[in-house]
Parts: sequence; C-alpha cells; structure tokens
Amino acid sequence: MTTSDLFEETYSALLANKTRSGLTMLGIIIGIASVIAMISIGSGAQTTIQSSIQSLGSNLLMVLPGVQRGVGTQISTGRGGAQSLTAADADAIAALPTVKAVSPEVSSRNQVTARGTNTNTQIIGTNIDYLLTRNTELDTGQFISEQNIRAASKVAVIGPATRDDLFGAGNDPINQTIKIKQIEFKIIGVTKSKGGSGFSNPDNLIFIPYTTAQRFLTGNEYLTTIDVQAIDQNSMADLQTQITAMLLERHNISDPQLADFNILNQSDIVAAASSITNTFTILLGSVAGISLVVGGIGIMNMMLTTVTERTRGIGLRKAIGAKKRDINLQFLSEAVMLTFAGGFIGIILGWLIAYLISQFGGISTSISTFSVLLAFGVSAAIGIIFGYYPARRASNLNPIEALRYE
Amino acid sequence: MIECKNISKTYKSGSIETDALKEISFEIKDGEFVAIMGPSGSGKSTLMHIIGALDTPTKGEYFLDGQNVADLSDDQLADVRKLKIGFVFQSFNLLPRATVLKNVMLPLIYAEIPEKKREALAKESLENAGLEESHFFHFSNQLSGGQMQRVAIARALVNNPSLILADEPTGNLDTKTGEIVLGTFQELNREQKRTIILITHERYVAEHADRIIHIRDGKIVEDEKNHKERIIHHSR
Repeated sequence: MTTSDLFEETYSALLANKTRSGLTMLGIIIGIASVIAMISIGSGAQTTIQSSIQSLGSNLLMVLPGVQRGVGTQISTGRGGAQSLTAADADAIAALPTVKAVSPEVSSRNQVTARGTNTNTQIIGTNIDYLLTRNTELDTGQFISEQNIRAASKVAVIGPATRDDLFGAGNDPINQTIKIKQIEFKIIGVTKSKGGSGFSNPDNLIFIPYTTAQRFLTGNEYLTTIDVQAIDQNSMADLQTQITAMLLERHNISDPQLADFNILNQSDIVAAASSITNTFTILLGSVAGISLVVGGIGIMNMMLTTVTERTRGIGLRKAIGAKKRDINLQFLSEAVMLTFAGGFIGIILGWLIAYLISQFGGISTSISTFSVLLAFGVSAAIGIIFGYYPARRASNLNPIEALRYE
Repeated sequence: MIECKNISKTYKSGSIETDALKEISFEIKDGEFVAIMGPSGSGKSTLMHIIGALDTPTKGEYFLDGQNVADLSDDQLADVRKLKIGFVFQSFNLLPRATVLKNVMLPLIYAEIPEKKREALAKESLENAGLEESHFFHFSNQLSGGQMQRVAIARALVNNPSLILADEPTGNLDTKTGEIVLGTFQELNREQKRTIILITHERYVAEHADRIIHIRDGKIVEDEKNHKERIIHHSR
C-alpha cells in the first residue's frame, strides 16, 4: 500500500463520518487551543515581569545596609536597619575597574508642599549616575550636577506623577519651588515616565543631591543604598565578590557571616521572578494538558467504535491480501490525521484566544514558536498513543471471524 | 494446481477438542470447476478457509502451485491470498460507501499495482464478470443482489488469481439471479480456463460444476464426476 493510497483511504474514511470525526476533533482542538492560550498568558506574564525588572536598570548591583550585631549583644536592628554605608564606600566602589556607574541613595518619605497643594512621596538623594544605574531619562531641564552635590544645593528633579500631583498635568514646573520639611527646593528638571504604579512607582519620586538629603532630611552621613552598574553582564558576579571583599575590609569585619551589608544582584532577582512565572506557566499548561488527554481518550473511544463497525471490512481487506501492517497503518493514520487536523485548528484558535485576551483582557500574552511546535508534537503523539491500541486491535482481528461478524 | 495431503484440523475449546477435518486428501487440477458440497457442520467451511489460505491445518500438507501453504506465517498467508486467490462471499462484502470501480480496485491497492493501471484492469475485470458499464460509477449499495455479486466476482478476478473460491455465492440471491451468477462462473471456467471451487450445501448449485466432492463429518464421502449438464442459457 503506497503512501498516497493510505492517505486517500484515511481521508475518505474520516469524511464518511463527518459529524463523528468533527466532534472527536473538537476535543483535540479545545485541548491544544487551551494549552497554547495558557502558555501564552504565562510567558506574557514572564516578559512583563522581566521587563519591569530590567527597567530598574541594567547590570545592576544594589548594596544595602545589613543587620549589624554588636559584639556580645543579641539585639538585632533588623535587615536594612544598620547604618553602615557611607559616601566614602560609594567612592571606593567607583574606583573598581569593572564599574561603569555608582549612585549613592539616601531615601526618605516626606510630606511635600507646593503652592496650595501637597503630597506625600519618596525623596531620593542621589547623584548624576542615577540616570545610568536606574535607566532613568530626563524629560525637561537637567539632573543633579557635581556642583549641586559639592554645594549641597537645594534643587530637586521630580517625577512626572509627582508633577501632576503638585502642579497639574501639562504645567511646566521648572524654576517653581517646593517645600520639604519647611525647606525650599528649586525644581530644575522632570524625568520621563517609566510606567508602573503602586507603592514603588518610579514616576512618583523627587530627586535631590544626596549631600542635601544627608544634611537636611536625615541629619547623618549614611546612605540607604548604593546602586552599582557593572560594565557588562559577565562581570557582575566578579564585581559582587570584589565589592563584598572591599567593604568587609573597609568596615573591619573579618567574618563574612557578620557582614553589615547585603548585595542584591539584579540577575538573581530576574532568576527568582522567572522561576515564579515558570511555575505559573507550568501550572496553567498542565491544567490545559488535562483537557488534551481527555481529547485523546475521545479519539481512542471513536477509533474503537470504528474498528468494531468496520470489522467485516477489515476481514475482507485481510482476505484479499492486506497484511497486519497495512491494517495497523490505516487505523493509526486515521487517528493521527484527526489529531493533526485538530492540532492545526487548535493552534489557530489558541492564537486567536491569546490575541483577544491581550486586546480586551489587559493581560499581555506572547506565543513562542516553541509552544506551537510543542502543541503540534503533542497532538501528533496523542494520535499515535491513543490510536495505537485500536489499530492493533483491528490488525489482530482473525479474518475468518471478522468476515462472519454481524 | 491444488494438492491436499492428509489434512486435519482440530479446534480446542477449553479442554474439549473437536475434529473439524479428519485426514482429507484430494487434488484439483488447473482449469477444473469443482463443487465442495456438504451439510452445515460437515467441515466444508473449515476446508474452504484452509484452501483459501485464511487458516492453516493442524496436521497435513497443502500445496498451492507447488508451494506448501500449511506452515506459513500470517504475512506470508496474506501474500498467498493477495496473489493467488480470489474470494467470492455469500454476503458479497463490498465496501458500501465506495463506487463499484473503487471496490474492484481494492485488491490492486494492496498488490501495489501502479495507480494508472488499476482502472483499466478493474474495467476489464468488470466486463469479464458481466456488469454493464453504466454501473461502474454507482455506489455499491445502489446495486441489486445479482449486480453486487458480479462486482464481487470482478474483484476476485482482478488480480488474475490461479484460484477463485466462492463460498455459497448464491445463498443471498433468488433462484433466477443465482442461475445467472452460476452461469458467469461456468463461462469463466470454460472460456478463460479459470480454476473455480464452489462451496455449497445445495445439490442443485453443486451440479453446475464438473466435479463434486461430498464431505460429511470432516471426511470425503464421495468424489464424483458430474454428468448432469446444467448449462445456463441466459440472455445478457
């Protein structure tokens, strides 16, 4: 039996029972479509989360103050509560060879007033390198300069959300003044919107020179964070080790377990978030996978019915010289063709669902070639697995008994 | 040329053994028209299955064109059926949703005859079996019983087998149509020198053959030359 004969036999056998073939295929269509749609939601979420982590900055290491325990005392000040990082530490880090930019941060949360309006927002004392380390761009005006830092100038750069809150959308706040803790600051620039919302909205911030923040807002010489940007991704791990060694030495700590600082590596954050979204994708995919298995059982059920119905036909084919292999292939190819056609329609339907979800559901979705190939492979495999038993049953029929079957 | 030597067939059902055939021996030469006749339960169906290479005997040897068929594998038996035997069944066994031509071409698909040759071979075979050309593209379930049996005969002939095996070919037909079908077998035998074995339980049907083998309780009880000439004078 040649391939084209096999194909034609399969085609006409499936067309002979259009309703039944269609309904059986529907099981596979729904299964494949939901797998495609679910995986697209999962990987869409992954892309969204990763890009929001990337918007923090690229190749970023964040040095945070850690827990400091004094010798002989059991009292912990809590993670991040230690006052251990200084501007001198930041300068020392900046001197390392694989460092591209270093921005110290002194952050506090304060009530801010402008003429007749007020808001409560986060004030970050930093320097010009913040633009690099935190991937921030200026919309209008200028950022904090070296001169501002040296002079501890009372100048501020505000985020677009803060501008809207204090001055109203579309108004130019440059050269206007705001008051933080009764101290007047002149606005010299506005940053570009990064998007985002909630507690840590990168658009709802006020930047001032870190020296100014230390002097007027916190009243001490310590830093809240040091953001370090490495020259490339490959040098990040090395740089992290170098900074750890250097800071331990500078702080006179011999036991690394007692370090009074932590270093967060951005790629660790990305990896952690990815593992969460991966789990999420696997969960969604396996729920959809169950419907695919149910669809496969539908195929098997239909094929078994078909084998019983066509018992006499199978007997006749054997009598006129069909071998086991011929019968086996014929029924197997019917199952595979059903799942293949179902898989193809399912992929289109799944893609459509994903598209509609991202259009109207507000969730971003992304369909990878991998998930399409996976769905196609799985549907073909289901055809073979669930078609195998009925086909074997057909090919093992005794021709004499099959011909007598009523 | 068919040669059966001491063929026995025993069926086992649990611990009970039933002998369907007991040491049967006979020969059928090329070009013979033989009827195997016996009441139901005589073992004639079992004998037909063995002659038709659908089954193998428990004991004994069966030579078809010099080849011992008695101990072949399933796939080898399928090859024997494909190349050497044409079956005609009581209940026709046509594929209902296929055209007449498609039904006749079915054995050619398994014999891997090139697609271009199939239709010509099938048409020639249908003409030999006496079916009018106007029916070639009808679906097989639109035909009358006699026409269906002619399609089945054409299907049996299409591979040019050395043996045509007809199992109660008139059992589902009325007397008049049955006569026409039997006439077709006679013509194929006389004009084309086909070897035909007819299995039946009716004396009247068996008398269309040249030789009648009587079988009863798994044994041959009589092997006679048929002298009553039942030649069908039919008008096509």
